[in-house]
Amino acid sequence: MTHNIYLYLLVMAAVTYAIRVAPMTLLRKPITSPFIRSFLYYVPYVTLAVMTFPAMVNATQTLLSGVAALIVGVAVAWFGGGLFPVAAACCVTVYALELFV
Amino acid sequence: MSLTRPEPRKIILSRRVLFLQGLKAGVPIGLGYFAVSFSLGIAAKSAGFNAFQGLLISFLGHASAGEYAAITLIAANAAYWEMALVTLIANARYLLMSFAMSQRMSPASSLRHRLLMSYFITDELFAVTIGRPGFLKPYYMYGAICVASPCWAVGTALGVVAGQLLPISVVSALSVALYGMFLAVIIPAAKKDKVVAGLVLCSFLASWAAGVIPGVSALSEGIRTIILTVVISAAAAFFFPAGAKARTEEEADT
Repeated sequence: MTHNIYLYLLVMAAVTYAIRVAPMTLLRKPITSPFIRSFLYYVPYVTLAVMTFPAMVNATQTLLSGVAALIVGVAVAWFGGGLFPVAAACCVTVYALELFV
Repeated sequence: MSLTRPEPRKIILSRRVLFLQGLKAGVPIGLGYFAVSFSLGIAAKSAGFNAFQGLLISFLGHASAGEYAAITLIAANAAYWEMALVTLIANARYLLMSFAMSQRMSPASSLRHRLLMSYFITDELFAVTIGRPGFLKPYYMYGAICVASPCWAVGTALGVVAGQLLPISVVSALSVALYGMFLAVIIPAAKKDKVVAGLVLCSFLASWAAGVIPGVSALSEGIRTIILTVVISAAAAFFFPAGAKARTEEEADT
């Protein structure tokens, strides 16, 4: 079955907005459950990590450049690089390696 | 905590000043967005998007990880309920941010502001908005939004259009930009918190394993992401309750 791209986007938009708007409009008190708070605290890191590896090393033309970009990205982020510097460092690494190696 | 902090009266008069300050704060965010959303556009192009659809997904989504997950699902012709679930998981952190923001809204602020500000909660816009002392300033956030949001949407559309004009070496290089941005979010947190560092490693291993283990690897990428996220985060919450840091970190760092 083929799906409609606009329906997909509508579903994505509706869910995303619901997530963003619910606490701002409905919740006025802090969540007290330590389990739920901890769970929500860990979720972003886990989901981003799951999406990053191994997808990142498979995204490039060669495995070597993907692995190198991962290592460089981790290093730059570790030493305080923000969103843009880390992303740029990864791109430059891949470009340079695929050009010269 | 800041609900009791007195708010200067001139706030009502200085909407224009706040808006201009917000515009200024939005410039570096917009530049970063442009580069990242361009690579998102390249991914969207390979999933069959046209430029308008690229513009649309970014204006409707305002979320790199969430949009990227959505693009993968569309490419895989996944079910609509998978899209809903994956979006829920990929964007779950905005629930935390919205929650943190709700605690910092002036009790007098209108529903209109709450509805509008919520729409634009992203890692960066959240960070600059909540980074100011006292109650949140809606007009400051709107200023930042007016620069950052168009950069995000237009960057995606340009990625769709120009992605195919670029040589393969450049496309290959840009394809890691998004993952680089993910690293920029998870690595600083891992550096500060050993539990997060352990979780990131576990997640990498589990994600790789789920892709090669027979049976599990047959599940769609989106479903694997959901299962891994819920299982690993729940286990972590059970064994390593985040306690107070779950509150302070979400406000300081995200």
